[in-house]
Amino acid sequence: MFLANPSALTRGGVLGMNKRNIDYIGRYNPRKYYKRVDDKLTTKQLALANDIAVPDLIGTVSEQHEINDIPAMVNDTVGFVIKPSKGSGGKGILVVTKVDNGRYYKPNGQEVTPSEVYRHVSNVLSGLFSLGGNPDVAIVEGLIQFDPVFDGYSYEGVPDIRLIVFKGFPIMGMIRLSTAASDGKANLHQGAVGVGVDIGTGKGLHAVQFDKPIDLHPDTQKELTAIQVPQWDTLLHTASKAYEMSELGYLGTDMVLDKYKGPLLLELNARPGLAIQIANGRGILNNLRHVEQMPNHNMSVEERVAYAKKHFSANS
Amino acid sequence: MHSRKPFYILVVMLFIAGITASVYRGIEHSVPFLPGKQVQSWAVDAKVSFQGTGEPSEVSFSLPEDPAYEILVENATSPGYGLTITNNRFDRRAIWSIRSATGQQDLYYKVTLIPTGQEQLLAESEPAAPTPYMWPATESAAAAQATEEVWAKSATNLSFAQQLNKDLNANERSQNIELLLAGNSPSKLFIRILHNKSIPAREVSGLFLEDQRRRQQLSTFVEVYNDGEWHLFDPKSGTQGRPDDLLLWDRSGTSVLDVIGGVNSQVNFSMLQDTRSALATAIDVMKNDNALDFSLYQLPLEEQSLFKGILLIPIGVLMVVFLRVLIGIKTSGTFMPVLIALAFIQTTLLTGLVGFLLIVAFGLMIRSYLSELNLLLISRISAVIIVVIGIIGLFTLLSYKFGLSEGLTITFFPMIILAWTIERMSILWEEEGAKEVVIQGGGSLFVATLAYLAMSATWVQHWVFNFLGIHLVILALVLLMGQYTGYRLLELKRFKPLAGE
Repeated sequence: MFLANPSALTRGGVLGMNKRNIDYIGRYNPRKYYKRVDDKLTTKQLALANDIAVPDLIGTVSEQHEINDIPAMVNDTVGFVIKPSKGSGGKGILVVTKVDNGRYYKPNGQEVTPSEVYRHVSNVLSGLFSLGGNPDVAIVEGLIQFDPVFDGYSYEGVPDIRLIVFKGFPIMGMIRLSTAASDGKANLHQGAVGVGVDIGTGKGLHAVQFDKPIDLHPDTQKELTAIQVPQWDTLLHTASKAYEMSELGYLGTDMVLDKYKGPLLLELNARPGLAIQIANGRGILNNLRHVEQMPNHNMSVEERVAYAKKHFSANS
Repeated sequence: MHSRKPFYILVVMLFIAGITASVYRGIEHSVPFLPGKQVQSWAVDAKVSFQGTGEPSEVSFSLPEDPAYEILVENATSPGYGLTITNNRFDRRAIWSIRSATGQQDLYYKVTLIPTGQEQLLAESEPAAPTPYMWPATESAAAAQATEEVWAKSATNLSFAQQLNKDLNANERSQNIELLLAGNSPSKLFIRILHNKSIPAREVSGLFLEDQRRRQQLSTFVEVYNDGEWHLFDPKSGTQGRPDDLLLWDRSGTSVLDVIGGVNSQVNFSMLQDTRSALATAIDVMKNDNALDFSLYQLPLEEQSLFKGILLIPIGVLMVVFLRVLIGIKTSGTFMPVLIALAFIQTTLLTGLVGFLLIVAFGLMIRSYLSELNLLLISRISAVIIVVIGIIGLFTLLSYKFGLSEGLTITFFPMIILAWTIERMSILWEEEGAKEVVIQGGGSLFVATLAYLAMSATWVQHWVFNFLGIHLVILALVLLMGQYTGYRLLELKRFKPLAGE
């Protein structure tokens, strides 16, 4: 059969887009807090205020004429990232991994001319990548020195760890690995590999590319389910803390591991996608319902993480 | 979680209100449920002629008043005459008057009628008891006997009339009846006997409608009142009930035509059967009844045609909601496909698709040059808009030169939308490659095509404009779909690996 039987999906606890929108995002994410996650600059400031580590902020550009300050800003850096503050879906992110005598190079070695940088930032300011096309601010961030533990698992890009946090409990996780097909980007629909990771241990469970199960990384041929995310507890704590910080019940947290600084919070998402279920090879609904049915609790971050590790591990 | 009950009540109420309003429109105002439906109508001309005597003349002519027929248009032509139409309940009359009439005078009354299907002759109030007829001495005994014979064989007023009608037309009539018929016409005799039994009855005139007949005369019938309803009898033939295609012209019981100041007056009828659009007929009837208040039909034609387009948007929107929420198709820009579909309606589908692809393809080429110039977004899009206008102008001119009239409709595309589409596609191309452009653009065009097919169906266009209640139903459907938490069709494919073995 070409299509799945809907009742089989329901039995498997698979969350659909409509149910996600109405029963989770609509019900648990108050509109007034969206700005905290939709505006990355606000997220960054909130995170810093809540002792959550984030990538370095080199500077911001909010006016056209300030674009000329960028070369001075990034002159002494190893590399930098320019992203729209209100962008979504990884759109409008320019990564420069090498700064050499005022010349910039992308991760694939291609040179980026200053006029390309200028145009990119100008597009960002005009709101080309922002939700609703509103004028935006460009954020210039320090490059993440990504942890070599993932060497061989990722092609060109930074592996990023996505956790779905529901009412403060991390309930499902995956790691996104870029591939040659995804052009160094970590977006699953562009061809990145998604590896579901066990909430209890941070170990790989199941992997997919283009929504199809795979075992080996298409570029490096490393076994994907053998992956073990280091500093797993810290990642769970950071994600869980993001609940208090954002006050959003249904939240996606994106984090990266920096060689020196450990887990850094990249961004929060009030409308996290559903591909995480495919990466995990199972539905998320059972865990969501588990949390919904819990009696009123007043747990600390540590207690929530411990509870999640105990109950939402794939082996439990 | 708050109760969903009020929401569902609202949806059900919208649904019922929408259906009820549409059905009411259809039945009460005879707006046809299907487009292109035809109804039969009758055009009847009455020609009143008389010889003027040079004196002041006044002609009083009864006008048709029959619940089985509705008057669509009526007019009277009478050069030199003053004309009044009096409007008593059962006796509408045209009164022509002139100071001096000499020689042959012809007055015309034309009327267009449509059948209403209301065959019964309901009486609004009980008629006054008739005054008994005084028989001449020679007939008195015969009348009394005949009446008693019929009376004995009857139970009600109606059966009395039926029995009497039968006896008047029996093969072997009784001597009494023969005697009475010698001095009275069958209908007069019928009425007189009924009146003597205090049964309300009156002479009425009817016209048999037959296509392309000329010089027709009115026929006389008798109406007998029983239990709130008038029953039609023909004492000359002994039949009861309304014959097919009979138009009751005069039900007042008085004369059809009165002429003062003229001689040799007569009236002739000619008639034509016609078919006309049921919708146009319904609108004309509503106009006559002044039922057009708060109706779109009373708008000037230009605004009406504008509304015909606007009222299609809910259908397109419904399609988009359906395709996105239930099927799961992604479109670039939520309602952009509806706007494209609206343009398709003007251009027709094939021309529209070709035109759209041409404009976007050319636009992308120009846009790739603009992107080298490092312009600000706003001025870049503005430049694209101007270029799009140029492209449209060029294509229109070219298709005109080559005699392709279809190409001229390309101007109906919404230019700002096209410019944004080109800009989005261009960025998509740069960021995610040509494949994604084809997928997203194709998805949008696919949805636009489906929306177009739904919006261009003639019966859909007929319904959304003529039955405004349908929009409440669409609203209810859209609200309901907004509540749908089930899987989208395409998710069944996407999540297939999760469905277990």
